[in-house]
Amino acid sequence: MEHRVYSLPKKRMGELFGLISSSRQLFLPMEKGGQFQFSRVDEHTDLEGVSLDRLLTAGSAKELFFPQTQQIAAFRRRGKEIELTSAETLTSAFVAFGVRACDARSLEVLDRAFLGTPRDTMYEEKRSKGTVVTLACNEPEETCFCSVFSIDAASPKGDVETWIAGDTLYWRPGSEKGAELTQELDALLDPCSEEEPEGLIQLKQQIRSIIGKLPLGRLSLEQFRPEALQELFDDPAWQKLSEPCIGCGTCTFVCPTCQCFDIRDFDTGEGVQRFRCWDSCMYSDFTTMAHGNPRTSQVERFRQRFMHKLVYYPANHDGLYSCAGCGRCVSKCPNSMNMVKVMKTLGGAQHV
Amino acid sequence: MHNSSCTVKETARKILESGQAERLLGWEQDSSGYNHAPAVFKSAGELDRFIYDRFCGSNLSKLLARLREAEGRTAVLLKACDRESFNLLVREHRIDPEQVHRVDIECSGMVDIEKLRNKGIKGIREITESGDELHISTLYGEKRCRSEEVLLEKCLSCPAVSSADAFDAVGQMEERSSLERYEFWKEALSTCIRCNACRNSCPVCTCEQCIFDNPRSGTAGKASADFFEDQHFHLVRVFHAAGRCTDCGECTRVCPQGIPLYLLNRKVIKDINELYGELSLEDKELGKGALTSFSFQDAHPDIIRKRTGDQ
Ligand code: SF4
Ligand code: SF4
Ligand code: SF4
Ligand code: SF4
Repeated sequence: MEHRVYSLPKKRMGELFGLISSSRQLFLPMEKGGQFQFSRVDEHTDLEGVSLDRLLTAGSAKELFFPQTQQIAAFRRRGKEIELTSAETLTSAFVAFGVRACDARSLEVLDRAFLGTPRDTMYEEKRSKGTVVTLACNEPEETCFCSVFSIDAASPKGDVETWIAGDTLYWRPGSEKGAELTQELDALLDPCSEEEPEGLIQLKQQIRSIIGKLPLGRLSLEQFRPEALQELFDDPAWQKLSEPCIGCGTCTFVCPTCQCFDIRDFDTGEGVQRFRCWDSCMYSDFTTMAHGNPRTSQVERFRQRFMHKLVYYPANHDGLYSCAGCGRCVSKCPNSMNMVKVMKTLGGAQHV
Repeated sequence: MHNSSCTVKETARKILESGQAERLLGWEQDSSGYNHAPAVFKSAGELDRFIYDRFCGSNLSKLLARLREAEGRTAVLLKACDRESFNLLVREHRIDPEQVHRVDIECSGMVDIEKLRNKGIKGIREITESGDELHISTLYGEKRCRSEEVLLEKCLSCPAVSSADAFDAVGQMEERSSLERYEFWKEALSTCIRCNACRNSCPVCTCEQCIFDNPRSGTAGKASADFFEDQHFHLVRVFHAAGRCTDCGECTRVCPQGIPLYLLNRKVIKDINELYGELSLEDKELGKGALTSFSFQDAHPDIIRKRTGDQ
């Protein structure tokens, strides 16, 4: 179903945020300690810190659905009995506003991992309570390469899609959930008479023309096919590519599509709190078994991360790549090694 | 000493051509113009991808330590800030100086790309330098900015570049009450994602297995659930590095969350300087570090309370 477009003067966005946060939790990209993060907004928040001009938050929107740590259960010893409490699921309905197209795509990638069989009920809970309001990218960065994965930053898929064109915010519901939220906001949102207002058409054209000029926009995916798995796996170039990698895991923690977690027990003295936390295939203790980590060297661990994104995941998920081209690993690796260099080198080009 | 970028490359070429070293650890140029990765060059022919410019902030010492099993000599390029780390690694037997051809290079400060972005500069296509100005051509037009405004934190007090006092910020922090400091760190560390970039790029952190990675240590926290764990990780690290950290600035440079880790390290260095005398790595004897030796003249632990006035 095609939904209609609504508009709101940009200067009234504060009211919009106020209205949303009166009935649901609201998360916005905010500046915190010089970095940009999705942060909870309530009536006390100074909206000065909201940053919709800055393209990407340091961590991705995945954190709202798959937090870095999440409690699973608690065990407590009482005499000879062990009492077990499963973690309460207290997520209230929430809205994530300002999610970029790449982060929105990453949720699709996570959905396939967590909502298949078996279903991850903790993720499912957050996903069902969260409404994703995307925002088109007026000024993409040189590190962006979403278009390589057929993501359209000018029309970012979400429960609601929004655009800021000059002094106007355009708003278009994209799902039932989005339509529901729109209804709650009808005191503010003004339905547009045209199917697609002129200002919006122009903005989209403008964005697509910038995307066309992005330096990383023409990376080739041709080489990354399931049939090429063995050949890519055996490529001697991994050795050289992994040389600067110090196995810190930064790339995996800032990545919106990285989905691995570990389950740990925290000894409280009287019992145990069981929680899950993000894990990284770049770590030496990842998937440790009785004999240790099955990948004994950094080159194997490094290869795993990229093979998973470019070959294994698409092979298992109808060709959907599990990189969204957000460029976070490009800007955050301490030693400047990243997805783009891997794609250029294995895709046949040198990474200069 | 070698002065400009060209001469550094020339030096690299001579070393590889003459066989003074089997390989050279330097930086490989990236098409972005700034995202240069450390790389090993095995022959002069590979050097067309070599680069040394304003964007070679990474300290190569740590990678050098990883090459210690490699056959033959390795040449390494060391900026002023990297040399102390190199000395430390030699002192701690992580690097065999006999196996290394060390080349000290000059540096006029490295640019922090995050600082450029924080100035609102987006879509960087090319960065050139003229005089003390950077000319940045972007997808959104031409921008200019004075290079000294966007240098890495570590360069701001590097004697090779500036005359600022590295301990100024620590001094200001000391002026605050302990409660204020507590609040400051609680806020600052709350964004830590425990990605380990600070630890893994730190030339001091060369343990074969860190206690934070050891599932049997009881302290292996993969994530920090609360402020206690944030503090635990960072304070253990800063104390383990005490008397060994040379303020090379890597941790601060690499932190994806922009946490001012240098304040912690410099506080410890400042205290050591004041209580045990200036840190020196020239002393080749291993046991002589501030926290690895003891004498009756050493400061009494009580000093903490005396200095802060806290009870
Ligand atoms: S961020 Fe870079 S150095 Fe760290 S694990 Fe990833 S590729 Fe390796
Ligand atoms: S691999 Fe890199 S570019 Fe791709 S989604 Fe992850 S962080 Fe973004
Ligand atoms: S990668 Fe694409 S969607 Fe993501 S921020 Fe850049 S332009 Fe926007
Ligand atoms: S680099 Fe920064 S975010 Fe990562 S563990 Fe260190 S302080 Fe935390």
